[in-house]
Amino acid sequence: MNNEALKELLYKMADDLLILGHRNSEWTGLGPLLEEDIAFSSMAQDKIGQSYALYQMLQTIGEQEPDTAAFTRTANQFHNCQLVELPNGEYDFSLIRHFLFDTADALRWQMLAQSAYEPLAQLARKIRGELRYHTLHANTWIQQLGTATDESISRLQTSLAYALPFALGIFEESPYENDVISSGIFGGEQELKIKWIKKIDEIISQTQLQLPPIPTLSPVYGGRIGKHTGHLQPLLNEMSEVFRIDPSAEW
Amino acid sequence: MYGGGNTFEGIKTDSLASEDPVQMAAFEARIARGEKIEPTDWMPQLYRKQLIRMIEQHAHSEIIGALPEGTWITRAPGFKRKMALMAKVQDEVGHAQLLYSAAETLGKPREQMIDDLINGKSKYSNVFNYPTFTWADCCFISWLVDAGAIVNQLANAKGSYGPYCRALDRICAEESFHLKYGHHCVIYLASGTQNQRDLFQEALNRWWPPMMHFFGPSDKISAHTEILMRWKVKMGTNDDMRNQFLDMYVPKIWELGFTIPDPLLKKNPETGTWEYTEPDWEEFKRVINGDGPCNKERLQVRRIAEERGRWVREALKAPQDKYVMPLA
Repeated sequence: MNNEALKELLYKMADDLLILGHRNSEWTGLGPLLEEDIAFSSMAQDKIGQSYALYQMLQTIGEQEPDTAAFTRTANQFHNCQLVELPNGEYDFSLIRHFLFDTADALRWQMLAQSAYEPLAQLARKIRGELRYHTLHANTWIQQLGTATDESISRLQTSLAYALPFALGIFEESPYENDVISSGIFGGEQELKIKWIKKIDEIISQTQLQLPPIPTLSPVYGGRIGKHTGHLQPLLNEMSEVFRIDPSAEW
Repeated sequence: MYGGGNTFEGIKTDSLASEDPVQMAAFEARIARGEKIEPTDWMPQLYRKQLIRMIEQHAHSEIIGALPEGTWITRAPGFKRKMALMAKVQDEVGHAQLLYSAAETLGKPREQMIDDLINGKSKYSNVFNYPTFTWADCCFISWLVDAGAIVNQLANAKGSYGPYCRALDRICAEESFHLKYGHHCVIYLASGTQNQRDLFQEALNRWWPPMMHFFGPSDKISAHTEILMRWKVKMGTNDDMRNQFLDMYVPKIWELGFTIPDPLLKKNPETGTWEYTEPDWEEFKRVINGDGPCNKERLQVRRIAEERGRWVREALKAPQDKYVMPLA
């Protein structure tokens, strides 16, 4: 098994979950209704907990301990896709991002339940259950708001058009793509993307939203090789503000 | 939990004259026997009004209280603190949800309560009108403001209105975890570097006066609320609550080696009660009436959240052609 390939996969997943969890947590106290405030907070907790588990796994194969990995790297050392670092914007964008990302994430963990890397397969079997609620939440809201008022439909449609190219960046391939596939660690980004398109189409087609033809879109790549928007470094600065006062201190 | 420190202004008892004396006697006898009053039971208008006011104020304190701590979720140092603080603040928002539901049983819709919060008609706990400058301020709230709230809420949970008591029982159970979390954070600051100790000492110096204010004005100057005590709406005097808090937490603060910024603070061995410098009640009044360091900011954040979320709430009300079964 190629250790570098495994690390690359674990880092990009961990970084995606940490950054999106952080963004979700920014809804605390500000949700459009209390119930959504609470729901985004639950998903934030799950995602950050999942990222923690992945950083712990990385530590077992020679990487730094989780707090150091998460709180001391700079933006160009993060491998998350750019979709997750974008600011929350209005609720329509946050919801669309949650739908697009979590649909892919749920499918990814399903695929990983068969991973040849047993610790990852075990974690996947545990996390699949959590993800079920995330996609249930996303699908329910997309169906509700995607069929409700002119304003809700038009807001969701605009956010969908904006977010889709970034969402395709989830599937940016790594230099180790063939290695992870041939070693049975993960079925690969292409396979995941095909499943994802089928799934989001299935949900969107039950609403009044239109899914643009995916092949006509230009994916936003770069996140997986450390190229980010200007939004990531300020997020990391904020996240590590207290930690950096004294990284050797215990808090 | 953030509730407590309710302010009871002078109440008008005029409406009592028009209440049915037989019903009133039966109502008071039930409360005296320790029975709970339920939403469909007969109750005097004044009881209903004061309970709505109190539960609503408590619910608002929960959502406004989520703001000063919530702002530290994105800055919490390390995974464990980040996850715990997210869960803690989420609980507080959940408490607001429970409490708005309890208040709704008395006939005031949640939307109307939130409108009254935003337009300044109803109050929330004064303590949240102060800023959280550092991580240690956030730890102070998690430990000591929550501790103060528990003192109040354990008392209120023995009150007479069933739905409020049941909500408080659930809330207190969660609060006890918050208290442990907050204490744990402060222990780490206390046993950490000099810088960490200084951070907490400074936070303690800043937060002590609002903490003393938290339980409400001294009994000497607060409004007479005998009837609310008889009806078990208000369960203890402000000074009793303050004294209980001091008795439980001053020794714990001293044990960690911190000093409390009040040279007169000491327990009187004869009376068993705490003596302290009289808090500045003029400042309390000024802040509760809108002129504190963060009042405008807190309400502004809430107002913006409500405005930005309006289209979502409207969309929920839109009639659906058909009920869509959730997928996945």
